[in-house]
Amino acid sequence: MIVGWIILGLIVLTILWVIGTYNSLVALRNRVRNAWKQISVQLKRRHDLIPNLVETVKDYMEYEQETLEKVIQARNAATTARSPKEQAEAEGAVTAALRQLFAVVENYPQLKANENVQKLMEELTTTENKIAFARQLYNDLVMKYNTRIEQFPANIVAGWFSFKPFEFFEIPEEEKEVPQVNLR
Amino acid sequence: MIEDRIPCPNCGFLNKPDAQFCELCGEPLPPEAKEKLEEKKPFVFPSLPELPVKDGRLDFYEVISRNKRNTVLLVFLFIMLFAAVGGAIGYLYGNYRTGLMVSSGVAILWVMVALIWGKDISLSFVGAGRVSPEEEPILHHVVEEMSIAAGISKPAVYVVETKGMNAFSTGFSPENSSVAVTRGMLENLSREELQAVIGHEISHIRFYDTRLMITVTALAGLIVIFSDIALRGFIFIGGRRSWDESEEFDIPFKGNIIITLLLLGFVALSPVIAFLLQMAISRKREFIADAGSVELTRNPAGLRKTLEKLLQGNVFVPSASKGNQHLFIVNPLKEDADIKDTIFETHPPLRKRIEILKRMEA
Repeated sequence: MIVGWIILGLIVLTILWVIGTYNSLVALRNRVRNAWKQISVQLKRRHDLIPNLVETVKDYMEYEQETLEKVIQARNAATTARSPKEQAEAEGAVTAALRQLFAVVENYPQLKANENVQKLMEELTTTENKIAFARQLYNDLVMKYNTRIEQFPANIVAGWFSFKPFEFFEIPEEEKEVPQVNLR
Repeated sequence: MIEDRIPCPNCGFLNKPDAQFCELCGEPLPPEAKEKLEEKKPFVFPSLPELPVKDGRLDFYEVISRNKRNTVLLVFLFIMLFAAVGGAIGYLYGNYRTGLMVSSGVAILWVMVALIWGKDISLSFVGAGRVSPEEEPILHHVVEEMSIAAGISKPAVYVVETKGMNAFSTGFSPENSSVAVTRGMLENLSREELQAVIGHEISHIRFYDTRLMITVTALAGLIVIFSDIALRGFIFIGGRRSWDESEEFDIPFKGNIIITLLLLGFVALSPVIAFLLQMAISRKREFIADAGSVELTRNPAGLRKTLEKLLQGNVFVPSASKGNQHLFIVNPLKEDADIKDTIFETHPPLRKRIEILKRMEA
């Protein structure tokens, strides 16, 4: 009789543990997805800011049409990119083009003194930082989640309900290669 | 990406990651900068007795659960204490139940008020004014950046109009909290340094330090009020004794003397209670929030430079008091040289915090 109760207790405990583990995995997975969405939100914000910036600076920068053209092209390519890989590459190109533009702006003191330009540059600087931090959070959470679903004993529950590991976000090659500019 | 750049030791220019020489002044770049760059993701924390580090990563679940546990414990002890005092007063008047119920009711009400409005009370006590994104765009941007890095919602942003460089955060939960920085900080810190400070404050929020601190502030506040009433009451009653003999004021004396003694007891006890409250907020939380800031910015040098600046500069906040000093990033009432490394302080000395950050850089 007592053995029966013990077995029943163990079964109940196991079920409770499975529910708890499942729920915590779902919560963590949602955080990962949310972090991914946050990256998209910031990329979208960057797409919206670029036309404004180009519009504001283009009259001052007659000899830099090529740089501006590059930024616009990269931005348009990024907004129309379909697959995640394509998108990552296109966004890398936007970052590269923007950095070049920022470097060029350094050479135009009157442009730098313009209040509107300053405002837009600050907006873009913070958006660049937010993209970087959102990716950092995403990668941190992916690491946490992937470790969690691989480690014993949570991996059993993860296996039953087919929790798949997420891929890390890798910085696109274009972004690594471009000249680095202090955005501050 | 800022973290990918190698700062030139000569002119400070931020070079691309694979550069051997500074692109601006031609200075050869230190080779260790390159190595550091490669191991930067994810940040590896050294194991130090001050930090909850596991496998080079910050293990703050323990910190969070300890903070939540201590908050509940404090609230419980506080209500019990007030119930006991009320019960004792009631007993002396022949009805301990009424005293018990009234006083514990008051205590519970106070705790509720403290937890719901404690944030606003702390902010208004320090004289912090809310600022809009239009007024302080960079501050708002930095707060947004750090909230994204931490994965919490953006706290409300406040500024304290004073020259001293300081900052604090408060709030019951990460979803409902505030950060405040002084005008002096906004004027004297670069964007990178501001980021390090906000990273520290956001870490207090995400580690639930703010919940514990808001509770301590509120409870300490009530104890201060009570001992204040007790002191005044004693002086008042003590002074009235001579009046009683003139027969004009015939007030039953027995009750008053007992209340006087009880209140005096409270006065005697209140430093002990305040001490216990201060013990509950471990000074380690400042080290942990520093490490939390580094985890978010991946830039221990940034916070180290900021703290060095605070060590050199003025950090005094005139509106700060003993009741809320523990909220701030550095003690707003004391010179760092006067801060000893003991449990009687609300903050560890800046010197020690800087030393620990240097070890993270190494």
